[in-house]
Amino acid sequence: MYKIVGKRRLNSTITWLEIEAPLVARKAKPGQFIILRTDEYGERIPLTMAGHNSEKGTIDIIYQAVGKTTLLLDQFEVGDALADVVGPLGKPTEMEGLKRVAVVGGGTGNALAYPIAKGMHDAGIQVDMIAGFQTKDVVILEDEFRAGTTNLYITTDDGTYGEKGFTTDKLKDLIESGNAYDEVVAVGPPIMMKFVCQLTKKYDIKTVVSLTAYMVDGTGMCGGCRVVIGDENKFACVDGPEFDGQLVDWDELIQRNSFYQEQEKEDMSHICRLTGGVRYHD
Amino acid sequence: MINLVKEKNPMPEQDPMVRNKNFKEVSTGYTEDMAINEAMRCLKCRKKPCTTGCPVRVRIPEFIEKIAEGEFEEAYQIISDTSSLPAICGRVCPQENQCEGVCVQGVKGEPVAIGRLERFAADWHREHFKDEVIEKAEGNGHKVAVVGSGPAGLACAGDLIAKGYEVTVFESLHKEGGVLAYGIPEFRLPKSIVAAEVSKLADKGVKFVNNAVVGMSMTVDELFEDGYEAVFVGTGAGLPQFMNIPGENLLGVYSANEYLTRINLMKAYIPEYDTPIHISKRVAVIGGGNVAMDAARCAKRMGAEEVYIVYRRSMDEIPARKEEIHHAIEEGIKFQLLTNPVAIKGTDKAYVCGLECVEMELGEPDSSGRRRPVEKKGSNFVLDVDAVIMAIGTRLNKLILETTENLEPNKKGGIGADEKTGETSHEGIFAGGDAVTGAATVILAMGAGKNAADSIDKYLESN
Ligand SMILES: Cc1cc2nc3c(=O)[nH]c(=O)nc-3n(C[C@H](O)[C@H](O)[C@H](O)COP(=O)(O)OP(=O)(O)OC[C@H]3O[C@@H](n4cnc5c(N)ncnc54)[C@H](O)[C@@H]3O)c2cc1C
Ligand SMILES: Cc1cc2nc3c(=O)[nH]c(=O)nc-3n(C[C@H](O)[C@H](O)[C@H](O)COP(=O)(O)OP(=O)(O)OC[C@H]3O[C@@H](n4cnc5c(N)ncnc54)[C@H](O)[C@@H]3O)c2cc1C
Ligand code: SF4
Ligand code: SF4
Ligand code: FES
Ligand SMILES: [Mg+2]
Repeated sequence: MYKIVGKRRLNSTITWLEIEAPLVARKAKPGQFIILRTDEYGERIPLTMAGHNSEKGTIDIIYQAVGKTTLLLDQFEVGDALADVVGPLGKPTEMEGLKRVAVVGGGTGNALAYPIAKGMHDAGIQVDMIAGFQTKDVVILEDEFRAGTTNLYITTDDGTYGEKGFTTDKLKDLIESGNAYDEVVAVGPPIMMKFVCQLTKKYDIKTVVSLTAYMVDGTGMCGGCRVVIGDENKFACVDGPEFDGQLVDWDELIQRNSFYQEQEKEDMSHICRLTGGVRYHD
Repeated sequence: MINLVKEKNPMPEQDPMVRNKNFKEVSTGYTEDMAINEAMRCLKCRKKPCTTGCPVRVRIPEFIEKIAEGEFEEAYQIISDTSSLPAICGRVCPQENQCEGVCVQGVKGEPVAIGRLERFAADWHREHFKDEVIEKAEGNGHKVAVVGSGPAGLACAGDLIAKGYEVTVFESLHKEGGVLAYGIPEFRLPKSIVAAEVSKLADKGVKFVNNAVVGMSMTVDELFEDGYEAVFVGTGAGLPQFMNIPGENLLGVYSANEYLTRINLMKAYIPEYDTPIHISKRVAVIGGGNVAMDAARCAKRMGAEEVYIVYRRSMDEIPARKEEIHHAIEEGIKFQLLTNPVAIKGTDKAYVCGLECVEMELGEPDSSGRRRPVEKKGSNFVLDVDAVIMAIGTRLNKLILETTENLEPNKKGGIGADEKTGETSHEGIFAGGDAVTGAATVILAMGAGKNAADSIDKYLESN
């Protein structure tokens, strides 16, 4: 069992968890993810590791409650244990040869972008982070971002905090004002990543994106996570999750991510089963 | 006394039109009387040809004689001498190509139902020895790691623990059993049987570490650093293949592995379980092996009205077990033979709405001796389906090869290992099962695990 040893709400839907998972913590690297199962009836869902502590044998995840499983996860408190945590999965972020990088995060994607930004910063790379949110109320992890990057720029769509506008606007400003990036990393909703890639293509900057495809095993066994990169089918769990954004077929990814939506909505309507952290079973 | 009836005692089965709507076991098993009656069909041939047809050399006439005498537990013990998973092999071995394929009774009639009798003995034992006190072998102080908990890994672990080794099995999934857990469906192999075998091993002292992806969570080399003196790799051949035809990423195209995993491992067919699966009305399964039959029969049980097996050769070449084909036909699966898919059609929302196929005819035999299918020009047609399941085979996952120095692949891309001893190019690493041979059978994987256990024992004794 994988005990929860820390829990902190970051905003009304996003929560940070620290979980005991010594085997994972021992090997974890920035950019990698885990797959967890809350209990015997649970599905396997992938979540990026926001950090880890090899000595304590713990890993951190930051999740947004968007549907059945993440809402169920929300019911777990410190001291409770998850049925399964497996990892580290996926390829770690490539950092070799990089000197200056812009990391762009959107919404919950900021949580996924954070370990990449921090990992690069720890490795001595200059990291400008653009953290985009819809509005002031949902801004998360500002102190952590500031400590883990060289420069932090927060944007909100409605201008209630930081600069008003989209992350792409800020990125464009930074590039236009003479910041020469070796690479841009974009993590967020596919549509944001798509626009970042459209922008960076004009300036010919290599852009790495982290893709969230439907996953089951996370080890290359099911092929459910296949994404089109260039002309090739790749498995996001083992070949990724980070890919060259210019080669991603975004429309197909967005389409594939909608496959189970009806059933997921229906699952949500059975949310009465989520009672006080314990499932109802007869 | 010998029973002169030429046919096997029929296996009691659920009615096809009932069972194709549930996941309960199709065949309910012989009663004691049926088993004795069937056992009496054995001629006790002096040369025991049946035994030579069994990859692990189960002493077939001996155990059958015990069943005929009503000594069911003794029958089970004889089987257990050479086979680790009789309840499983009795159910899933392709007996017609193995033991029963060479049974003398099969010359003029049907062979003795060796598989059904094996299953009977194993089930009888499980039911009557529920509280069996497991004796643990005395420890010899040596540690061995087994990677993968499929039939190869389980058999290897079982033999090693019996020899006194401290055995730990590392499995990447949350449940043990390999294909037995995630691939072969409940209606053909109840998961409680797999779980019983696993818990028996655990009682004997085998440690299971699930959620451990060797190559990611730890490397094989790190297992040695952690004090394991030998490692058996039985990681299977789980990497799904696609056909590379247009439309394969449309919504409703699955690999058989994904489809079967959602259903068997994640139990998407039981409402209480969260893992989603799309409910399809008309399903095409591409391929003609056991995997294809399992996927098709699952699709039917998930409520599909029409399910097609699309296979490019004819019924004579189809590789699935005879019994499964027979069961599939009974359950209403349609066989679209001599047919090859060329493209998958989608709606404007990218949902599958058809499978374009071309008719095939059989030409000259190829290197495998099977007649090669060739396309009939201009015979294209569209099968009206809303889901397509690819069951055209799997390859080896390269993770262990890529993360272990000095471990060489074989010609097929599997782990290079002596098929008799399991020895690899890396000292102390042994391998067997599908990881070495490519997709094969449960009994071959189990045999490889047992052979490797012997080799590991010799290797560690001499060190
Ligand atoms: C590599 C990777 C890393 C991720 N990291 C994070 C993270 O750090 N924080 C975070 O909040 N979210 C992350 N996600 C997304 C997270 O997995 C989904 O939000 C979660 O699975 C939703 O499940 P649900 O049952 O709560 O919601 P549902 O209502 O079932 O699903 C909502 C949406 O989540 C996605 N999703 C659902 N099931 C899966 C699945 N099994 N695999 C992948 N995606 C799925 C789909 O797009 C779906 O439409 C990551 C996804 C991937 C692939
Ligand atoms: C749907 C289906 C139906 C079949 N039907 C039959 C049948 O009727 N009769 C028959 O004889 N054969 C059948 N087979 C074939 C048979 O199941 C296989 O040949 C057999 O299971 C191979 O055993 P194995 O132990 O080598 O590998 P597997 O059973 O594949 O087990 C390998 C295990 O290793 C784990 N693993 C993989 N990589 C790692 C890693 N890096 N770290 C840790 N663990 C890892 C996997 O998760 C898995 O649990 C069928 C196969 C399928 C897919
Ligand atoms: S293990 Fe398989 S091949 Fe051997 S006797 Fe039993 S059913 Fe036949
Ligand atoms: S070949 Fe058939 S009849 Fe002869 S001993 Fe074996 S099982 Fe009995
Ligand atoms: S999640 Fe199954 S292959 Fe990637
Ligand atoms: Mg869900």
